[in-house]
Formats: sequence, structure tokens, C-alpha cells
Amino acid sequence: MARKLLLENINVPGIKSFDVYRANGGYRSVEKALKTMSPDDVMEEVKKSGLRGRGGAGFPTGMKWSFLDRKSDKPRYLVCNADESEPGTFKDRFLMEYIPHILIEGLIVSSYSLGSNSTYIYIRGEYRWIVDILENAIAEAKHNGFLGKNILGSGYDLEIYVQPGGGAYICGEETALIESLEGKRGNPRMKPPFPAISGLYNCPTVVNNVETLATVVPIINMGGDEYAKIGVGRSTGTKLISACGHMNKPGVYEIELGLPVDEFLNSDEYCGGIRAGHTLKAVVPGGSSVPILPAELFYKTKEGVARLMSYESLSEGGFASGSMLGSGGFIAMDETTCIVRNLWNFTRFYHHESCGQCSPCREGTGWMEKVLHRLEHGHGSMSDIDLLVDIAKKIEGNTICPLGDAAAWPVASHIRHFREEFEYHVKFPEKVAHSPFAHSADYKRELNTVLQ
Amino acid sequence: MPTANTMGTVQSEIKFSEEKLKKVQEIISRYPEGRQKSALLPILHLAQREFDGWLSVPVMDYVASLLNIKPIEVYEVATFYTMFNLKPVGKCLIEFCRTGPCMHNRADQIIDYTEKKLGIKVGETTPDNKFSLKAVECLGACGYAPMAQIGKFYYEHLTEEKMDKIITRLGQEDFNPDNKYEI
Ligand SMILES: Cc1cc2nc3c(=O)[nH]c(=O)nc-3n(C[C@H](O)[C@H](O)[C@H](O)COP(=O)(O)O)c2cc1C
Ligand code: SF4
Ligand code: FES
Repeated sequence: MARKLLLENINVPGIKSFDVYRANGGYRSVEKALKTMSPDDVMEEVKKSGLRGRGGAGFPTGMKWSFLDRKSDKPRYLVCNADESEPGTFKDRFLMEYIPHILIEGLIVSSYSLGSNSTYIYIRGEYRWIVDILENAIAEAKHNGFLGKNILGSGYDLEIYVQPGGGAYICGEETALIESLEGKRGNPRMKPPFPAISGLYNCPTVVNNVETLATVVPIINMGGDEYAKIGVGRSTGTKLISACGHMNKPGVYEIELGLPVDEFLNSDEYCGGIRAGHTLKAVVPGGSSVPILPAELFYKTKEGVARLMSYESLSEGGFASGSMLGSGGFIAMDETTCIVRNLWNFTRFYHHESCGQCSPCREGTGWMEKVLHRLEHGHGSMSDIDLLVDIAKKIEGNTICPLGDAAAWPVASHIRHFREEFEYHVKFPEKVAHSPFAHSADYKRELNTVLQ
Repeated sequence: MPTANTMGTVQSEIKFSEEKLKKVQEIISRYPEGRQKSALLPILHLAQREFDGWLSVPVMDYVASLLNIKPIEVYEVATFYTMFNLKPVGKCLIEFCRTGPCMHNRADQIIDYTEKKLGIKVGETTPDNKFSLKAVECLGACGYAPMAQIGKFYYEHLTEEKMDKIITRLGQEDFNPDNKYEI
């Protein structure tokens, strides 16, 4: 069995409650940090651990913390990003729902290190019942002296508040999140200034993902150096992966980074393989925004090296033949999947979620959705395929926030790897018009027959 | 003053109870002095729950007055976020996820089935005002697809039979969106 750091006690009955969590070693990291370490010591351990942000971008957490402006006389804030809206991603929900105290514990230690006295958990508004779970955990922690004034006699004060969002994917982007937390529309801000200098209420702010902040707990308990020994290369530690799609055992798994992708998808310890009688067609390994990989390129890189679940291995080959670990939203699709329909669906999502501030994103996602809709429904032409690639190129890199890129990458990669299937939609409109999925399994065979 | 909404039903007087007003004050106290506008989203959720599941203009104006901000500041926020309903909705609002992973696991068929069963389309409300249907984007339940949110909770691994049961049970008079129904 692989090592578990976050979900180690997930099956202990009653682990949701403070008492059981505490009896199983919970809140030790708070005692250790507040009684024996300075805020900078905590940051040093996080740096040594090699922890990289678990929200999607994989930016080193210790380095991010070191950018926080500690010289200004303004208050400093830590904001926990629990917006979790990237299609395919449902790992933070699992953690907060079933072992909420690990997040609260991580927030206390991290807030201490960063000097935040009011820390906000910005949670997507739809997770309504989890708001109750978190508020209950916060009340329990406070009742037991781990929150409030003068925590454990250290002189450090902290309150944690839960803030619900309103149903907008863009509010997962850290500056949009800050705007939303200030009671405004979720329009991302121009950077610089970065939140580390001017974030919430124009004060120095760090925004980190739920899983990132929970991981601070094992890092402080075992020490950064020990943590860094787990994993592979610059992908240290463990990672939660939410797996969905056409597999036998979808769900949330904690893996040691560096696990072979084959083992993750096909072993019984994890996803249990593709559903019976079907074969893998494609994988989107890190949430809807990352490039799609056809089965061959998922299992092995173009050079024939078996891929691992790590930041580096999944991105091997760059955008031409690789993808990204992203948020850990792992979507597997079998041969019944229509790639054109998948892309149309994703693109509709991005169009719907574009905040509308930049024209390339606002207009471009809408055009791509329209073109994909007509291709999917059998009204497309060959030139539409290149048109899509062209629009995607014009969005990429030309927008205020990365949502534009997130919308462009799937378009480029779906077409790069599955161009034939798009062409099939143009050549055989009658086959795709009324049965969105029926043709997917054998379009290649049919295509060959007709071409001969 | 009671106001008539477009459904012809009368919306109860727009004022939070004493208990809810206390909650509003508690929420405002979470933010620094002068930053009470931060309370806008939490209070809009509270208002939507309290005043029949949607935000009418008088309700939004009331929220503005509580936070001491201009009504336009509330409108621009309420129109940005998809969770806020700007039209009346039925007593039981079923919000189906329609995004990729759910779509690959029969979401379209379940939505179709429910539309036919209730005789309404997504975006509509049954004439008896019991049900409304809404299609939303990924709700973070992709591994348990297809799924829908109803009130506070998620209903996952949906099938046609499960939808039948949901409609029978949640269509009853005593439906409370804050309850979890075991289906
Ligand atoms: C469109 C968009 C959506 C995002 N959604 C999320 C999200 O739901 N959760 C999250 O943690 N980070 C999300 N991010 C990344 C955040 O901007 C930010 O990088 C992250 O919260 C930093 O935390 P980390 O360093 O701990 O990963 C999103 C970014 C973009 C551009
Ligand atoms: S890229 Fe899209 S979502 Fe991001 S700021 Fe521009 S319009 Fe808004
Ligand atoms: S795609 Fe439906 S919950 Fe994520």
C-alpha cells in the first residue's frame, strides 16, 4: 500500500469530529509550529518540502509565501481557494467533506507563518452542506483553544471565516476570487501588482488551494526534508487525484507522485481499469483545461518512455505530445466517446464561464462554440477545423487571465490528436446528426472502408 | 408592502426576521471596518433562501439598504453569478450538471427524461409551481455522475428510476430544500 499523508485516517469512524481527529494525532502541527517554531521556520520547512501548488499551476508554495510583502504596515491575508470548479476536479470537496479538520489545522499553521489574523476560505457556493461542515469544525477548533485570541498561549490570534461564492468558475482564478470576496463581480485583475503585494483590500495576500494548505500539516509534522523524499524529482509528496469517466472505480485517490499512469488507471488499488468490454480512447489527466492525450500518448511518451503521474512526466513532449498534471482532475474516456462532442461541451463551458472582460476570450470562445456546434451536428465544413485552430491561437496569450489559454488548449489538442474524427463529422453529416455517440466507436473503420 | 411577482403570487413582506438580521450582523462582522460590501454574496444567498428562491428587484434593494451600498452594486453582482435566480422558480429547483464528465455518463438522457416526465424544458417551471429545471456547469461530483443539486444537497448516480423517486418524494408539500432526502 502506498503512503497516505492526507487521507491516512479517512476511514477512522468519526474523524470528522474534533475529538476523534485530535485523538488520532490531529493539531500536533499547530502545537509544534506555535510553540517551537518562528513564522519563518515554518516557511523554511515548506520551502524544503518542495511542495507545489495543488490548485493547478504547480507553483512552489514556499517561494510564493516568500514573495508576501511583510514590510508593509497593512494587515496580511491568507485566502484558501476552495472554489473547485474545473471540470473533472472534486478532490478538495472530498477532503473538506470527510476530514475537514486537516484543512483547518493547515490553515492555522499557514496563517501563523504568513501573519494572517483573518483567514478566509472562499468555497464554491454550491458546496452548501460543506459550509456547515467547515463552520462546525472551526467552532470546535475554537472551543478547544486552537482558534481565537492568544492560541495556545503563543500570543497569536486567528479567526477563520467561510465565504460562499455564487457559481462562477472564473472565481477560482486568484484575483477574480479576491474581487468576489470583496463583494464584486468576479473579474480578474491586471497583474502586476500581484496579490503578494496588493491583494484582498489592497493588502498583501496569499491565495492557496485547499489541498496545498492541508499538506502543510504533514510537512510540519515530518519536516520538509522528509516530505521531499516522497515522490519523484521535483514532484515531491503525495497528490489527491479525482478520477472520473469510463472507469470501474471513479473516486478520489491519494497517490505518491511518480506512480506509473498504467498502475493508476488499471490496478485495483486505484481506478480499476476501463469498464468491462471497452478500451481506453483518451485521457484528460489534469482537469478540462489541460491538453487531451490519446491512449498511446497517455501510457507512453512519444519516445516510448512509460509515463508517471508527476508534473514532469505528464508534460513530457510539451504541447505537441504531452499534457499536464494540472488540478488532478483525471478524466478517462473509452472508445464510445465522441471527441468532437467532448470538445464542443468543454468549449461551451468556457464560453459560459468567460467573465467577458477581454474580447479574444469573450468573442473567441463564443465563435469556437458555434463552429463546434455545427461540426458536431453535421453542418460543418473542412475549413471549420482550421478556423478553430486559428481562433484558438488568437486567444492564447492575448488575455488578462489564463482562462483564455484554458479554453484554447483543449481545442488545439483535440484537433491535433483527433483530426480524423473532426473530418469524419464533415464527410458523414448524416451519421453524426442524429446519434451523437453511436459513430464514435467505429468511425475509423468506416472511414477506411469508404475511402477505399 | 407585499409585492406581486410575475408568477402572480404574492411575495411575503421583504424583511428578514430578527434572527436572520442577527445573522446578517454576524456576517458583516467578519470583514474589516468599512468593508461590509464583502458580505454581499453570503447575504444574497440568505435572501434568496428566505424570499422564495429568487432575487426580485425589491429584494436586491433591501439587501443594498442592509449593506449601505447602492442598488446597482447589488444588481451587477446578482447578474454575474449563476446561482442567483433573477426570475421566480418552483418550490423544488433541480439543477442538472451538463458538463463533459457528466455528459459522458448519461446526463443528457437523464435531463431529457426529466423534461418529458415533468412536461417542461430546462429553464422552465411546472404550472403548479412545484418544479423548475436548470442546467448548470460542473458541480464537483464528476466521479458520481450523472448528478443534480436540489436545495442544499447533491443527488448522484442518477437513473431514470431514481428520478421517478425524487420527483415523487420531493414534489410533496413538505419539501424543504435544507433537508437531505435518502433516495
Ligand atoms: C480560470 C481559472 C480557474 C481556477 N480555478 C481554481 C480552483 O477552482 N481552485 C484552485 O485552487 N485554483 C484555481 N485556479 C488557480 C488559482 O488562480 C491559483 O493559482 C491557485 O489557487 C493557487 O493556489 P496553489 O498555489 O496552492 O495551487 C484557477 C485558475 C484559473 C485561471
Ligand atoms: S481571459 Fe476571459 S475570463 Fe479571463 S479576464 Fe479575460 S475575458 Fe475574463
Ligand atoms: S462534470 Fe458533472 S459534476 Fe463535474
